[in-house]
Parts: sequence; structure tokens; C-alpha cells
Amino acid sequence: MAAPGAAGGGRSGAPAAEWGGFEDNMQGGGSAVIDMENMDDTSGSSFEDMGEMHQRMKEEEEEEEAEGEAGAGEEEDGEFLGMKGLRGQLGRQVADQMWQVGKRQASRAFSLYANIDILRPYFDVEPVQVRARLLESMIPVKMINFPQKIAGELYGPLMLVFTLVAILLHGMKTSDTIIREGTLMGTAIGTCFGYWLGVSSFMYFLAYLCNAQITMVQMLSLLGYGLFGHCITLFVTYNIHFHSLFYIFWLVVGGLSTLRMVAVLVSRTVGHTQRLILCGTLAALHMLFLLYLHFAYHKVVEGILDTLEGPNVPPFQRVARDIPVVSNTVLNTTAKAIALTL
Amino acid sequence: MAAAEGSGAGGTLFPGLADVSISQDIPVEGEITVPVGSHSPDEDFSTLDEPVKDTIMRDLKAVGKKFVHVMYPRKSSTLLRDWDLWGPLVLCVSLALMLQGGSADSKDDGGPQFAEVFVIIWFGAVVITLNSKLLGGTISFFQSLCVLGYCVMPLTVAMLVCRLVLLAGAGTVSFIIRLIVVGAMFAWSTLASTAFLADSQPPNRKALVVYPIFLFYFVISWMILTFTPQ
Repeated sequence: MAAPGAAGGGRSGAPAAEWGGFEDNMQGGGSAVIDMENMDDTSGSSFEDMGEMHQRMKEEEEEEEAEGEAGAGEEEDGEFLGMKGLRGQLGRQVADQMWQVGKRQASRAFSLYANIDILRPYFDVEPVQVRARLLESMIPVKMINFPQKIAGELYGPLMLVFTLVAILLHGMKTSDTIIREGTLMGTAIGTCFGYWLGVSSFMYFLAYLCNAQITMVQMLSLLGYGLFGHCITLFVTYNIHFHSLFYIFWLVVGGLSTLRMVAVLVSRTVGHTQRLILCGTLAALHMLFLLYLHFAYHKVVEGILDTLEGPNVPPFQRVARDIPVVSNTVLNTTAKAIALTL
Repeated sequence: MAAAEGSGAGGTLFPGLADVSISQDIPVEGEITVPVGSHSPDEDFSTLDEPVKDTIMRDLKAVGKKFVHVMYPRKSSTLLRDWDLWGPLVLCVSLALMLQGGSADSKDDGGPQFAEVFVIIWFGAVVITLNSKLLGGTISFFQSLCVLGYCVMPLTVAMLVCRLVLLAGAGTVSFIIRLIVVGAMFAWSTLASTAFLADSQPPNRKALVVYPIFLFYFVISWMILTFTPQ
């Protein structure tokens, strides 16, 4: 008795190690089961085994948690579950399996399409590069016989569009613009992004028709940097309200940035007609946009309003008609000249 | 005899099987696979049992700690590590409520509506986060949202102050006071969020990340400054 006991005691280390090793094997076996679960193998028997294993694991977790209380009750519950029928378990397995498959497919689709890494190369810039490009956008190039390089970068244009939105908001607020449908912020964002994306797409389409060598990202980038002139002009003229100042800025600053865009486009297009079409459209749209931004959201000169209406001014739709005296006389003389010739 | 010996030796030979008893009328059942990873969060099970007050107080304390971090922006990783969006939600809702459009006429739109402010704040934060991720940042999406949201707090305080000042009157003096207060809070917000966010960027691109944050808080400050109650 004693000898087997002592031998048993001496051997207790080894069997414990054996059992420990066995446990390791079981853990390895357990992970092998889990690996199978992750595979796409849905053959009939392994499916049920997997599901059942999964189910049992969940049940065992619940048992572990509640092991302090009512152990007999737990056992009864466990037995009851077993007796509730395979239907309940099968249903759970099927639902579980469907969930796993669905989740896997959704995550695969998500990682494929919603990957922002697609846009990453367009944001790979340094601050010095951005600054250099901002300054370059105001300098027209001389060489139009050689295709000019356009950096396909989206950080600068995006920031410029947001800056334009901020400046527009400031302008709209100081001019007490009253928007009936929509909100101030929505209007500003819609105007600026609509211009940037819409005119870029339109110019890209025209460029495709006119056989110009430019890609969509380059067009977006070019037009975006062209908004730098708009930002400067609007920033200055929303705060200093002189019409002559605005016209000077419009011609000089707006003109310079338009000239640069036009020159770059011309350098990438062959054929006179095509060049004319592209550049004319771009110049017209760009300059007219600046005019629109100024006059649509400009602060009304109070003198004109007061003389016209008096202090009880009903709310206007958009404070837009701000015709300065100069263009008024121009209009009148033009009308008279036309009337005379007819 | 063998059974007695077996059970006697079971205590020393097979310690794990000491409490296994096989009786004749119950069929052998049991689990021979060891569930892997079932010792996952014991705390989950224990937080289910604690009283609701404890859970709420713990979350409130975390939110309060983050507010303190924003007030004194030292470089610490607590805000980043345990992000939560409760604080930004509360701040955003209170700011949007206070900025509720002051328009006497129901037909025009004198000021921003609740939905507008809400959308601006969250959309702006999402854009800034995407931008910083695209520029090569190491911060995660929700961490960045959390920081930007919490740093709206100085501007909410500025809004409160502006409303109180406007109660007193709406003249040039009040405008100057409001301008100073909003300007100071705007600078504080920008510095606080820069302190947390700029470190996750490569060092030569910090300016590229700071500019959109500057613009974002500028727009919010502008909305606060131009607010006129009717």
C-alpha cells in the first residue's frame, strides 16, 4: 500500500506533466476546431459539429459564470436544453453560421471599396510644396509649346475650397443676405463645391472632346489652385467696399490666375479651334464666377437703399442689385447707340 | 478495493480529476475540449452585476477627466487612449441649442438652425480626421473625433459668455468684449487640439494638419460671434 503510494507520489509529477501536456494538446485541438470553423467548408456533418461546438462553448461560458449559484439548477437547465430538442440547437447554429458568413462578406466588401488609401497618393505633399504651388498659380507660364506639368494633388485645392467657403460665409453675413430656401452654410458649401467639382467635370469633358492631354485629377487640381485668386480678391473686397477696387482686383488677380490656367491648358492642347474653345470657356467661367460671388453676396451700399425705399425695408430675396454708376452710364450709352443705329 | 485505492490515490495522482464521480445511472457527459479564449473579460461579467450608479459615475468621471485635460492642454495620452464620444455629443448639442437661429420672422433664416450646427461640427470633424489620416497620421478615426469634439469646449464657454453679454445690451462695447472672448477661446481650442493631434503626424507636415483645424474652429467662432438673438 505504502509502496504504491510512494511510487504514486514519486510519479505524481510526471502524470501531472502528462496531463498538462494533454491539456496543451487539447488546447491545440481546440484551436484546430476553431480553425475549421473559420474555413469556408460547409459540408454537412462538420457544419453541425462546428455549430454544436460553438454552442457548447457558449453554454460552458455561461455555466462558468454562474457556477457559484444553484449548481443543481444549472445542471437541470443544461439537461433541459439538451432535451429541448435538436431543433433549437440547429436553428441557432444556422443563424450563427449565416451571421459569420455575412459578416465576412461585408467586411471584405468594405475593405475593398471604402478604402481611403485610394486617395492617399493625392495627399502626399509637403507644406513648402503647397506654398510654392499657391504662388505659382498666380504666375502665367510663358512656354505654351511644351506641355506643362500639373501636379495631381488634392490637398491644396480642397483647403482652398474650404477657405473660400469660410470667406463667403463672412461676406454673406456682413451683407445681411437673407436666404429663403436653405441655409447660409449650405448655400456657401454648395456654391463652392459645386463650382469646383462641376466646372472641373465640365472642363474635363470639353478637354476630352478637344483632345487635350489632361486627367480628371489634374483638372481638379488646376481649377482648385485657380481659386486662390478668388480667395484673395473676395477676402479683400468683402472688407473694403469700393467698387473700383473690386474691378481692379478682378482684372488683375482674377486675370492672372485665369491666364495661368489657360496657358497650362493651351500647352496641352493641339489645334487652334480646340485651344480657343477650351480656353475661352475656362476664362469665361472663372471670371464670371468671381463676378457672381462678389455681386450676389455683396454688402449693399446703404445710401442707395435709403434713397430708394426709406427706413422700413421689407426683407429682400437676395441683396443683389448693386449697379454702380459707371456701368449704369455705360449701359445707357450702349442702349442709346444701338437705338441710334437701328 | 481497487476503487477505494483509486479514489485515495486520485487526490495525489490526478489532481484535476479529484472531483469527478461516475455513477451508474447518469450517462457519461461532459466536455473534453477546452474552450480557447473563454477567460476573456472577467470584468465584463463583473460590470454587469454592479449597480447602475457605479457605471454611470465611472463614465462621468472619465468624461470629466477629459474636460480637465482640455482645460489644461498638457501632452498626455489619456484623451487618446480611452476615447469616448459622450463629451463631444453633449458639447455639440448644447452649442447647437444656444446657437438656435434668432429669427423674428418665421419666413427667413436669420441664423443657423440646430441641424446646421450639428452637421457642421460633425462633418467638419470627419473631414479633418480623414485629412489627417490621408496625410499619414497614426491616430485612429474615433480618437481624432474625440479630441476635436472635446476641444469645442472653450467655444461653448465663449457662447455662454456671449449670450450673457448680449443680455446686457448689443452695442459696440459688447461687440468688442465678445470679440475678445471668442478670439481667446478660439486660440485656446486650436492650441488644445493641436497639442493632441499634431504629435501623431510626421514632423514636417504639422502645418498641413493644423490649418484645417484652424479653419474649422474659425467657422464655429464666426458663428458664435455673429449670433444675435431676436
